[in-house]
Parts: sequence; C-alpha cells; structure tokens
Amino acid sequence: MKRIALALLASFAFAATAAHAVEYGKVQPDKSRIAFDYQQMGVAMQGTFGKFVSELRFDPAAPQSASARIEVDLASVDTGSEEGDEEVARKTWFDTKGFPVARFESSAVKPLGGDKYEVAGKLTIKGTTRDVVVPATFTVQGGSGVFEGALTIRRGDFSIGEGAWKAFDVVANDVVIRFRITAAAR
Amino acid sequence: MDTHYTATAKLLHWLIALMIFGMLGFGFYMTGLDLSPTKLELYSWHKWAGVTVFVLVLVRLAWRIGHKPPALPAHMPAIERLAAHAGHHLLYVLMLAIPLSGWLMSSAKGFQTVWFGVLPLPDLLAKDKALGNLLETVHFVLNYTLIAVLLGHVGAALKHHFIDRDDVLIRMLPRRKG
Repeated sequence: MKRIALALLASFAFAATAAHAVEYGKVQPDKSRIAFDYQQMGVAMQGTFGKFVSELRFDPAAPQSASARIEVDLASVDTGSEEGDEEVARKTWFDTKGFPVARFESSAVKPLGGDKYEVAGKLTIKGTTRDVVVPATFTVQGGSGVFEGALTIRRGDFSIGEGAWKAFDVVANDVVIRFRITAAAR
Repeated sequence: MDTHYTATAKLLHWLIALMIFGMLGFGFYMTGLDLSPTKLELYSWHKWAGVTVFVLVLVRLAWRIGHKPPALPAHMPAIERLAAHAGHHLLYVLMLAIPLSGWLMSSAKGFQTVWFGVLPLPDLLAKDKALGNLLETVHFVLNYTLIAVLLGHVGAALKHHFIDRDDVLIRMLPRRKG
C-alpha cells in the first residue's frame, strides 16, 4: 500500500515537472518568418520582413501566462520589387524614417482547445495602436515550439498608403500578416 | 481572280496594327513614370492588351493558314519576294514573341498576369530577379526590332503604292464601291 502511494506520488511529481519544465522562450530567428499578402490590381502579391526581433514565452501547460512581443524593422521590407520597397518607405506608406518599427505586444492568450489559441494584444504601426485578436496555433515541431498565425488588418486603419494611394482600387485595403515564430525550450 | 485579302484578314491586320502602335506608345510612356496607382493600372492594362494581341495573332495565323493570301505582283524580282516573305514571317514571330516575353518577364518579376483581372495566366517561371531583368531586356530588344521591321513594312507598302504603282497596298484596304 505504501509502495503504491509512493509510486503514485512519484508519477504525480513527474507529471507536474513535465508540465512545467518546458517553456519555449529561446527564439530561433532563422526558423521564424513574417510575411504579408496583399492584392494589387486584383493580383495576389506577397512580401516579407527580413528583420524582426521577437520574444516569446509559452508553456503549453499554462498558456494563460504566455506572452509574445514582436518588433518588426520596417526598413527590411521586401514587397517583391525594388521600386515597391522604395515606395513603401515614404511618408505616405510606412514613413520608415519617422516610425522605423512596427510592434505587436500580447496582453492575453486564450486557449481554444487543441493547438488553437486566441492572442489578444496591441498592434502599433506608424504611430497608431489598435487592439487586435490574432488566431494562432502553437505546436511542438522537432523539439521547438512553433507559434503560427495570421491576422488580417486594414491598411487604412494605420494610414498605410495615403495621398494618391488612399483609394483601395489599385492596392486593396486588406493585408494579411502571417507569422511563424519558432522558439526552443529554455 | 480576287486580288484583295479577305475581309477577315483585313480586319485582323488593321486591328492588330492599331493595337501594336498603341502598345508601343503606351509601353514607352508607362516605363518612364514614377511609381503611382496610375502606373500600376497602366501596367495591368498593358499586360491585358498584350495578351489580347497574342490571342488575336493566333486567330490571324489560323485564318492565314486556311486562306491563301493574294499572290505578289508579277513584276517583283526574286530578292524583293524573298524580303517580303522574310519580313512577314519575322512580323508574325515578333507579334507572338513580344507578348510572350512580357508575360514571362512579369512572372519572373513576381507579378502574375490576370487577364482583365479575371483570368489568371499561369506563372511558367518562378520569381527570379536576374531572369526578370534579362527578360526585360529581351522584351525591349524585341520591340526595337519590331519597330525596325515595321518601318520596313510600311516603307515597302508605300513604295509599292507610290513608286511601283501596283495594288499591294490597295488589296489590304477596304474595297471601293464601283
């Protein structure tokens, strides 16, 4: 009886350590990616941001305490053409000189069951901060935690593309930001 | 024997001629513009028109294969006949190669062509900056070649009309009553 109790206790202890031992927090930039999809004259286009810094703390056993923070260096944009890259740095678009960094900071993580989560947070681009809710998944792949999701924003909400670009007939309003942040266990 | 081209051949000839002159002007104008919504719109329309020309040229070729054109005037020496055939062949090749090079350039530069914003053309080439720039050069060189051949084509037509005083130009024009 005593032995059974000990064994039980041991297995509980093991389960508890297993649940708390793994917090994914060492971001692996080479396995992380931020891309965006947009429409130009009805044609699907893709772009990426080459440089960004992210912090992630995610313990699958305690998702409520998870947090994420992503800072994107807007000068590292690749819109698909050099002409486009020069254009989006201008005042009418990102105004990269005035606002070099776009930031996402999570405030709450809500588990939706399975790998799915809802990450609420604040997105700041070009001096405008908006509350956003990002549908995301968290999976463990090859020993690393992969935090992946997509968020549709309206560029007009952040004054991205002003002046001649303000109408959405040539460059659509909706922009899908897709991210994949990979982090090793601490 | 009828010395005129068929009405269909005439229609296609003049329609395509009009589009080619429009596209040449359009092309040189738009490439000089700074990036703006207008420029992006013009590029799209240029691509759509280019695909349209390509399709019209295919229709024209199919018609041409089924309908023998009127014979060249008997007075033409062998060298002129050769030049006429070579020139016409070259025009057909260029009329197909130019839109093709534009489409491939667009793919290589990462911009898919969607005909009138409705019909997506497949991207035969993956995005490749160096290849895109190369195809841009090819597109330009082919167009300069087209301009040279067109000058020869128009010059020859005028020579036939005003110097040789034969019916080579007339037979591509609408019929006169009476």
